[in-house]
Order: sequence, then C-alpha cells, then structure tokens
Amino acid sequence: MKIAVCIKQVPTREWQPRLTDDRTWIREQDAGWEMNEPDAYALEESLRLREKHSGEVVVCSAGPSRVQQVIREALARGADRAIHVEDSALAAADASMVGEALAAAMAEERFDLVLTGLQSDDQGHAQMGVVLAERLGIPHSTIIMDVQVEPATDAMVASVRVKRELEGGWFQSIVMPLPALLTIQSGINQLRYATLKGIMAAKKKEIRKVAMPANLQPTQQILSLSVPTRSKQTQMIAGSAPEAAKELVRRLREDARVL
Amino acid sequence: MILVIAEQRAGRLNRATWETLAAAQALSGASMPITVAIPGAGLTAVAQELAAAGIGNVLVAEHPALAQYTPDGWTQALQAIVTEAAPAFVLLPHTYQARDFAPMLAARLRKPLITDVVGISGTGIDARFTRPMFQGKLVAEVRPQGDGPYFITIQVGAYRADAVARGSAAAVTQVDVHIDEAAIRQKPDAPFQEAKQAVDLGQAERIVAVGRGIKSQENLPLAEALARAMGAELAASRPICDSGWLPMARQIGSSGQTVAPKLYVALGISGAIQHLVGMKGSRTIVAINKDADAPIFEVADYGIVGDLFELAPAIAAELEKS
Repeated sequence: MKIAVCIKQVPTREWQPRLTDDRTWIREQDAGWEMNEPDAYALEESLRLREKHSGEVVVCSAGPSRVQQVIREALARGADRAIHVEDSALAAADASMVGEALAAAMAEERFDLVLTGLQSDDQGHAQMGVVLAERLGIPHSTIIMDVQVEPATDAMVASVRVKRELEGGWFQSIVMPLPALLTIQSGINQLRYATLKGIMAAKKKEIRKVAMPANLQPTQQILSLSVPTRSKQTQMIAGSAPEAAKELVRRLREDARVL
Repeated sequence: MILVIAEQRAGRLNRATWETLAAAQALSGASMPITVAIPGAGLTAVAQELAAAGIGNVLVAEHPALAQYTPDGWTQALQAIVTEAAPAFVLLPHTYQARDFAPMLAARLRKPLITDVVGISGTGIDARFTRPMFQGKLVAEVRPQGDGPYFITIQVGAYRADAVARGSAAAVTQVDVHIDEAAIRQKPDAPFQEAKQAVDLGQAERIVAVGRGIKSQENLPLAEALARAMGAELAASRPICDSGWLPMARQIGSSGQTVAPKLYVALGISGAIQHLVGMKGSRTIVAINKDADAPIFEVADYGIVGDLFELAPAIAAELEKS
C-alpha cells in the first residue's frame, strides 16, 4: 500500500509570539520549530498501517526550506522518502494554497491512502486535508480515531473503515473506497520516537523537491495579528505559594462564594 | 444576501446554528437579507421552527439520500443551493460536521473559507473577521480575497443564541434537490457512544482540570488531592486524555464534555480554543499557570502565575486548615 502523510512545521509550544513590524506575521527568526502534533499522530498511524499491510510511507510537506527539519524527523521515525514543495511564499500560506500546492505535487503518485493531522497548531484553519482530497478527487473523512484497511478481494475493491469522532463523546463508523484521505485526531495511537539508527538511516533517504505551481492565489489576507484582549477582569493574585493560596481561598469563599 | 446553513440531528437544531444566525444578523447589520438553508430528511419540524423565528426565508433541501450526513451528499446538495442563491456570504457553525464538508464545498466552488471566526467587525461586504491563531496565543483579523460568495464558520460560543432578533414568520420553500447517490462515497453507520459515561461532569458543582503543565502521570495525585479538598471532580484537557493518564470521559472541550460548574480550576492548562469552548461558561474560573501570557487567563476570574507543583498543595493545605 502506498501511503502519503502530510506534515506541517509549526512553532514550538513554548514559543512566545513576537510579530513583524507590520504585525501581519510572526518573527520567524525568533521561533523554535517542531512537527505539528496531530501530524505526528498521522505519521505514526501511517507507519503502523505499513507494518500491517506493507508498502511505503511518503512524507509530503509544503513550506520554505526550514521545513526540512520536520521532514528529516519523519524520515528518522521510519517514513521511506519525502516530497517537499519548497517556496518561501508557503511560510504563511492559507490552507487552500497549501492544499493546491500539495495536490499538484502528489497527484501523479496515485497514493492509496493520504493521512494528515486534523488541523495545524499555527494558523489552525482545519481545512487543508479536505481541500487536498477534493483536488485529488478522492473521498475523505475527518477527525479520525481508528483506521482499518480492507485490502481488495475478487469481489470488492480496497476500502477503509474509520471511526470518526463526533462532538460530546459520540462516534461514527464510516466505510469508503480507496484511495481516500483521512484527517487524524491526536491521541489515536502512542507515538514512537526516532532511534539513533533511524536518524542515521534518514540521512540517506530521498527528499524530492518540487516547485510550487505558478499562479496560486491566497484566499484570505491577514490584516493584523495581536495578543488577545481579556474578556474578563481577571484578578491576578501575587505572592509566595502559601500567600497566594491563602488569598485565593479567601476570595473564593468571601467574594465568589463558591467554596 | 447571507445564506446560513443550519445543522440538525434527528429533527433537532443545535445551539450552534442559533449562534450562527446571531452572527449572520451582526454581519448583516440589517443591510443584507438572511436566508437559512437546511439539508437533510424529515425536516418539517425544524423548518417550521426556523420559519417561526422570522429571521429570513427558509430553504428546505430534503432528500432520502440526506437522511444520514455525508460530506459528499451535503456538498452536492449545497453546491446547487449556493450557486442558485448566489449569496455574498455563506455562514456555518464551526462544528465537527461543518469542518467535514465546508472545506470541500468551498474548494469545489473555488471560493474562500474563513474558519473558526470569533468576531466580526464592520458589516456587509467590507466586514473583517477575527479568528484565533497559534493555539489562541494570537488573534488575527482577516478578510477574504477574490470573488464571493465567502464561506465563514462561526466558533461555538462566540455569539449568543438568545441574541437572535426574531421577526414575523418567514416563508418556507422546498428546494428541488438532485442527488447522484452513486457519487456519495462515504457509507456511514449510525452514531454511537462508547461505554456509558461513568462520570457526568455536567452535573459537578466544582471541577479541577489538569493540562500539560502537570508534566507526568506520576504528578496526578497532586491534582487529585486539590480536587478532594475542594469537593471537586477531576477533569483534564485533551492531551492528558490522549496520553491515557485520565479516561476520555473526563475530558473537557469540543471533543469531550461541555461544563458550566460554579467553580472551575484550570491547573497548567494553556487554554487552546478547543478547551475554552468546553468550560468558559463556568461561573467562577481560576487559572494557575507558569506562563503569564497563557490564553486561559483571558477567561479567568482569578489568576495565579506560578508553579502548580507548589500552588496546588498550598491551596489544598489552606482549605484543610478550616
């Protein structure tokens, strides 16, 4: 089975945002970078599916040269090769542009299954996977918590049965034919980490660079970024831990009356 | 015109639909008429409910192939409706269902989709949309580029369902829906719940919730001790349940439970939007976090910037004094 997994590189969780002078993007030179967390779960799921059904796992990423870091990491964790759509214009691109760029690079590979994370921890559009499925002309399902591939038989085409998460603790089981695209929810599996052997092996694996298609148009413009304003008057309590604890308990008892 | 796509399950509209109608009225500023479209099967009651609210004309898209939600079915039905109605905007609630089909619908029509909108400034075609980015560390003001209609999804809880201005009863129109059933590729079973939830956090008066700041499963007794001292239930943000440190039934947020207790204590929870939507209706919110810029402080009534490993035992000790 030929599996693609789409990986995005995003600022680390610990990163404190700083903005460019025109306040329309982040100061990238100040950020540390890591693999988008839901994408790491999608990668793990693709590796497990390859172990079960054999085949290959191809990492696909769209972004500037810095995204090689997460591509190498995915290769070190066990992916077989990579496709990198490289362009500096993809650093702050919206989901539609990224979906178009990846679709152009991925179409000829004719993957059986494409996995992505359900959304990115940077812009968080939660659209890219679905846009990619539409451009590749394959069915999709989103927010997936379980993946069971049914190989083709004489009577049936290959299909996938998924457990899709609904809201409020509800789930749904859905079957669709392959090829298909699934967006993976965090927590679907337990992540593995790269071994030293994996890191060494990754250095020899192929990363095919592809140019971004010409004439990609953004579908939205960021006019400004800012730190959110507080919707509530938050009373901040200072002092040592015992002092702050004492003051908090007093206010919860006497002012808020919730204890 | 603004077209709102309503969402229903088993003949009931969800609250997010009403919130989206309130957002549509804010976007319109009475300058654009609103039309509500509802896809599905067996829609007589919801169509009447929407028409009685008098927000705008109701388009009912009924078809046996829409009895169960599928992204392919919804996209087919709504592609025809949006093309025919040619609205300036299409508004949808930012639910898991809309997240599943709206990007497909917008991509098929090659139109912009702005998701997860929490605020709208200005009205009509010049409106700008506010949405969280970078896990809520920043908010962005964005506007769509290119030709409309512009698709917009409204975050759950961003607008108030009871803010919808009602008018006199509106017309209901049955839309002629043509569905190519062979082109619906997803075959869904009926939705189900996992083993009956052992804890109903919705009934808890007080909740102590832990997040990534707790660092490891071995530290959970610290939070349990605080919960015991407060007479609270223990809950968690998504990453804690993903790691298997607490059962999924104790997860608060869009994929878990929505709660509104008297007291909600967030211990080491940064406050991503997916968590906030599940708890921001709580009466009193306490946030304890080492990062003074954590988004959780935006919704907190009381905040302490500090080390939860010192603060949680100190608060428990203080409560046990008297």
